[in-house]
Amino acid sequence: MFKASSRTDLANMARCVHLQSLLSSLASRALVSLSPGVQAGLCLPRVPDSLHSRGFSLCHILGSSSKGSSRPEDNVIVHFVNEDGVRTTTSVTEGVSLLNVVINKKIDISGFGACDGTLACSTCHLIFEENIFEKMEPMVDEEVDMLDLAYGLTKTSRLGCQVCVRKWMDGMTVQVPKLIKIENTASTGNQ
Amino acid sequence: MNTSRVFAFKPMKSLLTTKCSRAAITSGLRRLACTPSSCPRVCIVGGGPAGFYTAQHILKAHPAIQVDIYERLPIPYGLVRFGVAPDHPEVKNVINTFTQTAQHERCSYHGNVSVGKDVSVEELRQAYHAVVLSYGAEVNRTLGVPGENLAGVYSAKDFVGWYNGVPCNKDLKPDLSGETAVILGQGNVALDVARILLSPHDILTNTDITQPSLEALANSRVRRVLIVGRRGPLQVACTIKEIREMVNLTGTRPDMLSADFKGIAEVLKDLPRPRKRLTELMMKAVQATPAGDGLTSRQWGFRFLRSPVEVLPSPDLTRTAGIRLGVNRLEGSGDGARAVPTGETEDIECEMVISSIGYQSLPIDPAVPFDPRKAIIPNAMGRVLQATGLYCSGWIKRGPTGVIGTTMNDSFDTARALIQDIETGVLDISTVKPGSQTVTPLLQKRGVNPVSFSDWEKIDVEEMKRGTVVGKPREKLLDVTEMLKTAHS
Ligand SMILES: Cc1cc2nc3c(=O)[nH]c(=O)nc-3n(C[C@H](O)[C@H](O)[C@H](O)COP(=O)(O)OP(=O)(O)OC[C@H]3O[C@@H](n4cnc5c(N)ncnc54)[C@H](O)[C@@H]3O)c2cc1C
Ligand SMILES: NC(=O)c1ccc[n+]([C@@H]2O[C@H](COP(=O)([O-])OP(=O)(O)OC[C@H]3O[C@@H](n4cnc5c(N)ncnc54)[C@H](OP(=O)(O)O)[C@@H]3O)[C@@H](O)[C@H]2O)c1
Ligand code: FES
Repeated sequence: MFKASSRTDLANMARCVHLQSLLSSLASRALVSLSPGVQAGLCLPRVPDSLHSRGFSLCHILGSSSKGSSRPEDNVIVHFVNEDGVRTTTSVTEGVSLLNVVINKKIDISGFGACDGTLACSTCHLIFEENIFEKMEPMVDEEVDMLDLAYGLTKTSRLGCQVCVRKWMDGMTVQVPKLIKIENTASTGNQ
Repeated sequence: MNTSRVFAFKPMKSLLTTKCSRAAITSGLRRLACTPSSCPRVCIVGGGPAGFYTAQHILKAHPAIQVDIYERLPIPYGLVRFGVAPDHPEVKNVINTFTQTAQHERCSYHGNVSVGKDVSVEELRQAYHAVVLSYGAEVNRTLGVPGENLAGVYSAKDFVGWYNGVPCNKDLKPDLSGETAVILGQGNVALDVARILLSPHDILTNTDITQPSLEALANSRVRRVLIVGRRGPLQVACTIKEIREMVNLTGTRPDMLSADFKGIAEVLKDLPRPRKRLTELMMKAVQATPAGDGLTSRQWGFRFLRSPVEVLPSPDLTRTAGIRLGVNRLEGSGDGARAVPTGETEDIECEMVISSIGYQSLPIDPAVPFDPRKAIIPNAMGRVLQATGLYCSGWIKRGPTGVIGTTMNDSFDTARALIQDIETGVLDISTVKPGSQTVTPLLQKRGVNPVSFSDWEKIDVEEMKRGTVVGKPREKLLDVTEMLKTAHS
């Protein structure tokens, strides 16, 4: 397993990975050189091909902020309400995924982002306001596949690792599903 | 749920109510609030996702508890290492968080300790204020049909253990010389096995699959995998991502029977979204099934409404030659529909049968309550019934279903219950408990040499080193003796 010293490093690497997936769909793979840290990473995810072709990760270029020389401003306000109903307001950089916002800003959400943004867990499930949800780009199949496994699914649910903050989202509130008691039966396992 | 609102966010309160912390309260809120010798001590039995997530939440929600994790194998992470398929490395990213938990200043890992054998649960209860049982489900359900023990019949648990490097499965050497394999059960484990059997070699070469299994699979003659369920298409237990992977698997094509989907199109619109999308994808696979029966490429397919009746032996009675399936009809509808035998049977020729009808937990110690019918520890929200100070989480608490996310949530619930019991005084932490200070010498006296987390990291480094040589992320050590030698080097 590869080691990164902190969740923030992991988030940055995950973001680079998104960047890689985008770049490789824009340019030929041979032209792209990645930082050694990224190449060494275990978690080169198989971001689905359909994400590549839609240029899904464009926002990550805008958002690859933390280690660059000129750091874009945090200019979009996002309110998070965690599973216990605790509200946190943070100011974030346009283009960053909501998973990276949670990690970089240390928003207190238990177990969020277990697979480091590789569409393999659905623990980054967030519920959006209807007017925001409607304006977002449609989900690709692979996101819906994982989202369907999330508990507390609603009509305006998305996976936070697949949603990048945009200027027009300024002031939105995103909600973590409220804790529900998990029944002590063996038959509801796959949800 | 209210408990977490009350407890998780009031570490201050827990500081005030734990006896050991009063003395130290002046020195700041977030600091360790008691001397190590007088802290509340919790031990967790099992170093899989349930153990690590329970530990994570306890450490987060309480400022002073010391957590010790006891794991039977030298190696941590349970089914994340030994279950999750090698071609799903992204799922294993949870290990990053587990590593952080293991390295937490108030957490320590003790591998190579088999609770119930090396140390009893009673001894742990004496050494700790609370014991959390998170030891998973170690065996498989059995088919209970004639022929189950013939050569060529494997449990999915052993087969998965073989390709994932479970020490006791390293010598399984499954016979892959036949053309057709039948998998019984339609859960995600069945699909993992089907995918591994049919994946082109180059998809697996740079995964952490064990080298012996990689080589055996490269020479496999299995061309056709049938995944057999006792109920209908609307009851399959697997999830859509896994079916999509089959549909997209290079060099394979679906082999489905359109008759199985008669009438399904009409009910689609009334299904909840997850079930609807999954069914639509299967129907797409039906359409992609070419006419004719030629074995031109590798193929996979579902068969429905069939229960195993008997594994059929070869003429010399030495090995598997086929399987007799009982034909069922459904009674009721939806998830709760029941398979009822019609009395008809049908034979399928196959050289390999893999039974993937689920895992099963075992009792760990006569002193711990166990529900033999559900094969779980009877509990309420993770509190073991009639046993104050005993808790459980993960598959031993819920039964052997649910993805890592499900296990995470239920482990957090157990941790909340435990913290709540400390807060309310249900769990008495006023006496000083010695924790590993007494357990470690006990183990040593019994000839057990525990593996610490930094010992495990030596194994980790060695495996990654061996992996580099063969172009894989790691080459797993397959032998406990070798693991121990590396750990204690
Ligand atoms: C083949 C397979 C593939 C899977 N793939 C996925 C996947 O891709 N994605 C996903 O989300 N979920 C997957 N799952 C489900 C996931 O693995 C489980 O939800 C999860 O591992 C359950 O966690 P657990 O800690 O309860 O059990 P386990 O993971 O089994 O952990 C139990 C631990 O306890 C230890 N133990 C047992 N007995 C003792 C003892 N006496 N003393 C000390 N320690 C002991 C064991 O060695 C083990 O390390 C898969 C499951 C299987 C079977
Ligand atoms: N990629 C992943 O996310 C992944 C991978 C592997 C495992 N997992 C998870 O791990 C858990 C365990 O998986 P699993 O596949 O072992 O279990 P499972 O999902 O419970 O599936 C068990 C299958 O066996 C069948 N079955 C049970 N008893 C039977 C019997 N007596 N005769 C015939 N068929 C029988 C079930 O049919 P009925 O429905 O009729 O009972 C079902 O099809 C699941 O929750 C799974 O999602 C996840
Ligand atoms: S972090 Fe795992 S799916 Fe988003």
